Amino acid sequence: MATEDPTMTFAPEDPYADVRETTEGPVYTVTGQDWDSVVSAADGQERVVVNMGPQHPSTHGVLRLILELDGETVTEARCGIGYLHTGIEKNMEYRNWTQGVTFCTRMDYLAPFFNEVAYCLGVERLLGIEDEVPERADVIRVMLMELNRISSHLVAIATGGLELGALTVMTIGFREREMVLDLFELITGLRMNHGFVRPGGVAQDLPPGTDLKVRDFLRWMRDHLGEYEAFCNENPIFRGRTVGIGYLDLTGCMALGVTGPVLRSTGLPWDLRKAQPYCGYENYEFEVPTRDTCDAYGRFRIRVDEMRQSCDIVEQCLDRLRPGPVMVADKKIAWPAQLTLGGDGLGNSLDHIRHIMGESMESLIHHFKLVTEGFRVPAGQVYAAVESPRGELGAHLVSDGGTRPWRAHFRDPSFTHLQAVAAMAEGGLIADVIAAVASLDPVMGGVDR
Amino acid sequence: MSDEDKVVGGEKLPAESQVVERGRPPAHPYKRGMFGANDSGDTSGYGGLVRRITNPALLPGSTRGPYGGGFDDLADSLATGLERIGVPLPDAVEKVVVDRGEMTLFVRRDRLVEVVRLLRDDPTLRFELCLGVSGVHYPQEGGRELHAVYHLLSITHNRRIRLEVAVPDADPHLPSVVEVYPTNNWHERETYDFFGIIFDGHPALTRIEMPDDWPGHPQRKDYPLGGIPVEYKGASVPPPDERRAYS
Repeated sequence: MATEDPTMTFAPEDPYADVRETTEGPVYTVTGQDWDSVVSAADGQERVVVNMGPQHPSTHGVLRLILELDGETVTEARCGIGYLHTGIEKNMEYRNWTQGVTFCTRMDYLAPFFNEVAYCLGVERLLGIEDEVPERADVIRVMLMELNRISSHLVAIATGGLELGALTVMTIGFREREMVLDLFELITGLRMNHGFVRPGGVAQDLPPGTDLKVRDFLRWMRDHLGEYEAFCNENPIFRGRTVGIGYLDLTGCMALGVTGPVLRSTGLPWDLRKAQPYCGYENYEFEVPTRDTCDAYGRFRIRVDEMRQSCDIVEQCLDRLRPGPVMVADKKIAWPAQLTLGGDGLGNSLDHIRHIMGESMESLIHHFKLVTEGFRVPAGQVYAAVESPRGELGAHLVSDGGTRPWRAHFRDPSFTHLQAVAAMAEGGLIADVIAAVASLDPVMGGVDR
Repeated sequence: MSDEDKVVGGEKLPAESQVVERGRPPAHPYKRGMFGANDSGDTSGYGGLVRRITNPALLPGSTRGPYGGGFDDLADSLATGLERIGVPLPDAVEKVVVDRGEMTLFVRRDRLVEVVRLLRDDPTLRFELCLGVSGVHYPQEGGRELHAVYHLLSITHNRRIRLEVAVPDADPHLPSVVEVYPTNNWHERETYDFFGIIFDGHPALTRIEMPDDWPGHPQRKDYPLGGIPVEYKGASVPPPDERRAYS
């Protein structure tokens, strides 16, 4: 067809790659092998808006970045979220307090133990049993959280490195993370979404041989942490991509509610483990690493340093482990049974089955009521916060005195931090958006819940 | 059933008709029954049980000072600061609740921005960090159905405080605090999205988690969870919101 319409430079047979006229101007869908036609169409346009995501591999899941470009410079950056909203908070209102763990562990899927602990600390404060949680349970919680911090930071560094072209950082990062996940599998039976921390303690005691395996891992981790530093710290390409990139100073962090490694990269040693200790963190010796560069490079260095501190805390946990219960003594809250592995798989221990089926009808009633109905939580509201690998993770829980949460809300750091993308990316180059977002380390499961 | 109020243990209880049955949100501050099985014959004897629910967030009246735990200093600083800007304390703060080691200030909505600005800027208060706002829906609280709950953190003084603002469902308007705490931008959008609370003065109050054309506000109690029954070997398991509730 002989026409001057530039839209016809596209192959018309692909319904998805066609150009659409909108009130905002023509919209092009880039599908590959059509670069020349897109460039020729965009030529002479003063303002180009690019949709990065929600399926872009370097956006950490389903983050959608809407970038307004002037050449290669980002003039405006906006985030579109909600693609992973699963209604976890709503669902928790329809399950009992113990079942809530199963839901909230799936929010920030790289840091499941932090979700569980924040929620359980909230429920325990509502119940007024904070001081009755056995010490062994606290030590196990701290150990799992710190191992989880290592695995989460490894993913942050690995995927961040991958996005900057440092492929080896990715492969070694996932190599070490796999070892942490093996430990989780040994202890909880699952690699992710554990549901292991329960209101009142933890679901089960550590299996035999945990101590040895964890110490083996710590030895390996300490030996190999230096590799990340050797690969990146003085690497001119890595430094070129991260130094001075994603700048956010203390004022910006305060205004935008940014916490965690991003806040500590401004030089403020704010860490809830030190400032408002929970789970007995006041008994451990560790340092809060900071940098004063306010940039992506400083955040990378902080994450590596924090992993080293986490190794130290895990080791202290192993030394502090003393035999004892891992659940509160209150039979109205603690699950009556322990799981054991039988010939037909995992199930309630045979001793417990014998007791409730053959010896004590009251125990059977008690077990049945606790499992089907759950326990009641006195009415009121609490806010419990933990220092997750990304920052302050808070659980706002409201009880009306029933067996289910009246409202469970999670203040997820990733959600808050994504607001900082505009402050970090505007005025910079489009390639630096990737480095800036990677330094925030957002997890969309936590953002959208 | 008699319409007369009953007296149990010296306490006057509401008439039966005021007590909400299963399937609807429980009435505050009373609940009836024990096992949630109000739809079948009660053989336990607990069906007639009436329990008083004491939710400090809902009951009238407030915690009286001294509050302890460092909250007295905070309350004094707040009163002094409010006086300085010409707002008497009772004008801005409806009540104070100290429960489980946490302090909640119930703030009147027309004074909210002044209060948060003071909390942020006064050197003796200095709550630099706002941890967002979340909503809670209490459909049984006439004229105060929607609550917006703000959590503030002072890094300078290492303490927390909670602000709660109640608005009626018929007029769910609340001033936005984004100009004081820019971090609340997305949090207010989320609370609008889930509860329908309208934050006046917000730069762009649009939905954030749900699609733009979504009808309704999903976290409200009158919004059903949804779900379909699951069939397994001829038996049918109802969706979670239709199963027996024990609350």
